Amino acid sequence: MKRVLVLGGGVGGTLSANLISRKLKKEIAAGQAEVTVVDATGQHVYQPGFMYIAMGGESAQKLVRPERGLLDGRVNLVVATATAIDVDGRSVALDNGDRFGYDQLVLATGCRILPERIDHFAEEAHHFYSAAAAKKLRKALDAFTGGTIVIGIAGMPYKCPPAPLEVAFLIESELRERGLREKSALHYCSPIGRAFTIESVSEMATPILEEKGIELHTFFNVEEIDPAEKLVKSLEGEELKYDLLILVPPHAGAQLVIDAGLAPAPGGWLPTDRHTLKVGGRDNVFALGDATDLPLSKAGSTAHFEAPVVAEQVAANVQGRKPAGKHASYEGKVMCFFEVGDGKGTLLQFDYDHPPKPPKPNRVWHLGKIVFNKTYWQTVPKGRV
Amino acid sequence: MPAITRTIDARGSFCPGPLMELIRGIKEGQVGDVLAVLSADKGSKTDIPKWVEKAGHQLVGVFPRDGYDEIIVVKMK
Repeated sequence: MKRVLVLGGGVGGTLSANLISRKLKKEIAAGQAEVTVVDATGQHVYQPGFMYIAMGGESAQKLVRPERGLLDGRVNLVVATATAIDVDGRSVALDNGDRFGYDQLVLATGCRILPERIDHFAEEAHHFYSAAAAKKLRKALDAFTGGTIVIGIAGMPYKCPPAPLEVAFLIESELRERGLREKSALHYCSPIGRAFTIESVSEMATPILEEKGIELHTFFNVEEIDPAEKLVKSLEGEELKYDLLILVPPHAGAQLVIDAGLAPAPGGWLPTDRHTLKVGGRDNVFALGDATDLPLSKAGSTAHFEAPVVAEQVAANVQGRKPAGKHASYEGKVMCFFEVGDGKGTLLQFDYDHPPKPPKPNRVWHLGKIVFNKTYWQTVPKGRV
Repeated sequence: MPAITRTIDARGSFCPGPLMELIRGIKEGQVGDVLAVLSADKGSKTDIPKWVEKAGHQLVGVFPRDGYDEIIVVKMK
């Protein structure tokens, strides 16, 4: 019996488990292989929707569905928290006392947000990286009657790189619609020397920031929040006063993979081969999605395009053959929508060798994002797109 | 050339990874520390000097090595 163990029931874990089970359906039917997903809650959360709770319209309940309903009938689901990985012994311990042996391990362990790494973050800064935080931000925006809004990034890498820029654009549009724009100043703080990591996207976004009167501050790495003075201070020595502060919290990989010696502290990003998605040169351990150290967006889209490669690699190992076909190697494909406000959006599509060439923002790409978000449940986890 | 206190090998990392690793090194270090960042990402040799200037540290130099650059910075504050 060959045992495939997938840790995590997010986009990457769910889709790769489904694709692996399809590739191994004969082996599973013959009792020669099994595929098991271990997930802490048994609930699948569509995280890209959090931003839309903050920006209006979306409800937290609609972003959660039972993981069991998204998994292929051949995949086992264990609802428990993985507490330790024994790489040499090829087993994973769970908080319910069980220990699972594996032949192939898929780490879809995602990443954590760590607002506590910055003093006063919890009481002063808003974010949109959980449903609760996004709801709180929505309330703060509803109560906002004018003043200074500072939007920044308190640690890299972070999930959904365009999100803070999208939030800046969407808030600016909202303030205009509510007649508050003249009474408000907007600042966007980027930790690097331009508005966005990818140059072509930065070149698209910077004129939009200018056009919307959002002041760009580059090389602004958030160091300190002064709650008494309502100041956010950068490591580089800049200070900005705020009435409403919105910061992407620091992120890190799962503590589990740090403790297992698979990923270095403090970041906890798994050292992952850019083509095979093998972790640390091990032939039977793979990673995808937010958990990796790959120089790509931490986004559901990345996991979506990595999953077929993980599935092919794992199935090939189980079947004792070499990975073959178009999914034998990952070439860095990512595709995501990018909101620019006023009902318009654009599309970022790229891979390791081809940077994105975002088309001029229009209504089609904005609607594309809305439709994608609504149809996600029927398409992505089940491998239909 | 000042003696290097710490070398940050960011050759496996891509923009903005080397800059972020330098920033972490600067935060963890002491005033007067000399940090050498090794980066194979061509953006680093322009991004890192710009950041060093804005953040008020001292750039000792950018030295082309075999397939990568060594960027040496002194923590000034």
